[in-house]
Amino acid sequence: MTREEIIETTNGFLVEEFEVDGDTISDEANVQETLDLDSLDYVDLVVVIESNFGFKVKAEDFASIKTFSDFYDYIDSKVNA
Amino acid sequence: MRRVVITGIGAYSCLGKNLGEITESLRAGRSGIVYSKAREEMGYRSPLTGWVDEPDLKKDLTRRQRVGMSEEAKYAYVATKEALENAKIDQDFIDAHEVGILYGNDSSAGAVMNAIDIIRDKKDTTMVGSGSIFQSMNCTITMNLSTIFKLKGINFTISAACASGSHSIGLAYFLIQNGWQDIIVCGGGQEINEYAFGNFDGIGAFSVRLDEPTKASRPFDKSRDGLVPSGGAATVIVESYESAIKRGAPILAEIVGYGFSSNGEHISNPNKDGQVRSLNMAIKQSGLSASEFDYINAHATSTPVGDAFEAQALAEIFGKSVPVSSTKSMTGHECWMAGASEIVYSILMMQNDFIAPNINFETPDEDSERLQIIAETTEKKLDCVLSNSFGFGGTNSTLIIKKV
Repeated sequence: MTREEIIETTNGFLVEEFEVDGDTISDEANVQETLDLDSLDYVDLVVVIESNFGFKVKAEDFASIKTFSDFYDYIDSKVNA
Repeated sequence: MRRVVITGIGAYSCLGKNLGEITESLRAGRSGIVYSKAREEMGYRSPLTGWVDEPDLKKDLTRRQRVGMSEEAKYAYVATKEALENAKIDQDFIDAHEVGILYGNDSSAGAVMNAIDIIRDKKDTTMVGSGSIFQSMNCTITMNLSTIFKLKGINFTISAACASGSHSIGLAYFLIQNGWQDIIVCGGGQEINEYAFGNFDGIGAFSVRLDEPTKASRPFDKSRDGLVPSGGAATVIVESYESAIKRGAPILAEIVGYGFSSNGEHISNPNKDGQVRSLNMAIKQSGLSASEFDYINAHATSTPVGDAFEAQALAEIFGKSVPVSSTKSMTGHECWMAGASEIVYSILMMQNDFIAPNINFETPDEDSERLQIIAETTEKKLDCVLSNSFGFGGTNSTLIIKKV
């Protein structure tokens, strides 16, 4: 899966699930702030990642994800492993 | 003890999505019953149901607020928003006062089943998402509404089968009467999805008059063969008289009696004595005599045994002197919601000077012939109304409301 495909798919389900404006998502933007995530929302983040990419996500995986660029790197590392 | 009044009502039901639509349906004697193909496919003995579409709350509420809402919580939100508006209670007032919530609900089967289906399929509980737990608990309505409206008073759900909504109003009446609270959001909610009533259908309690859905719910009629399930939500704002006067709120009615009892017998079969005790307790509190009542909104659900016992109980106390109708002839049985919705329907009749008909009442039986059952819409000024609600386990509730 190319980086562009990962970005397109990820941004698509994040916009739909968290009801944010797609324009607010950029490589350097902070994921938690942009998506306005509270502790419960991370559960839904796990659900949409697994539903769209088919791999299991652990809560601790989010510890190193700050920006969307980190997010795409994480997805890339899982789907292209 | 303090006087207790009703200052706001709202409803979302198979008769309409707001009070205006519902009033029209009540006056027209319009049934909200449909045939559900989904229930037929699930093997329901009776696929009949009251029906109202689920509201789309995307414009009203944030994703975080909506994600934990069950179907019945969404209905209850719409009903409560309407009730608060017509009670003239806004968010600023709520923020500055201790407003409570006591709401009737006795299941959230749809949410539970959806979660269990996912867990069985995925073998991973996380995949149910963050909202499932808040949708699945019986207190889904009070949890969600207390959070959305930022309520700071009493906060819990009453689960008392088909008397849940009625008991919620009665308990609020007692709490306010005794000075513990000034304003309580009361009501009842009932899910409609096809998971909600499978086991109820399974005990053969539903009408199988499948070729005539709108004629299937026929309380007190000799040829009745069972109830038709239904749902939605209804909200009643219960408030101390002093509080209502102080803030210039509209006073729709005063609550003057709340009777309750338990039959102490069979889990599903009602009995007359328990109902009579509940009725007499409420009437005694009200200080009214039987002849002073203008209308009785009966619990009557269209089951052969249930309607017979209620007819006997009402005949024993009121004889044929008071007009009676069961709005369940139009709505079907709104179960956990019914006790609250029937107070809303009764207040709409009081406000508009008519008695809604007990549609499909064509031939009385030996019990119902002892009552004055109103089969056609009747213009009448209503000052004093009694509403009965009874439930499985033998729980009984009677409310009496009066114009101020």
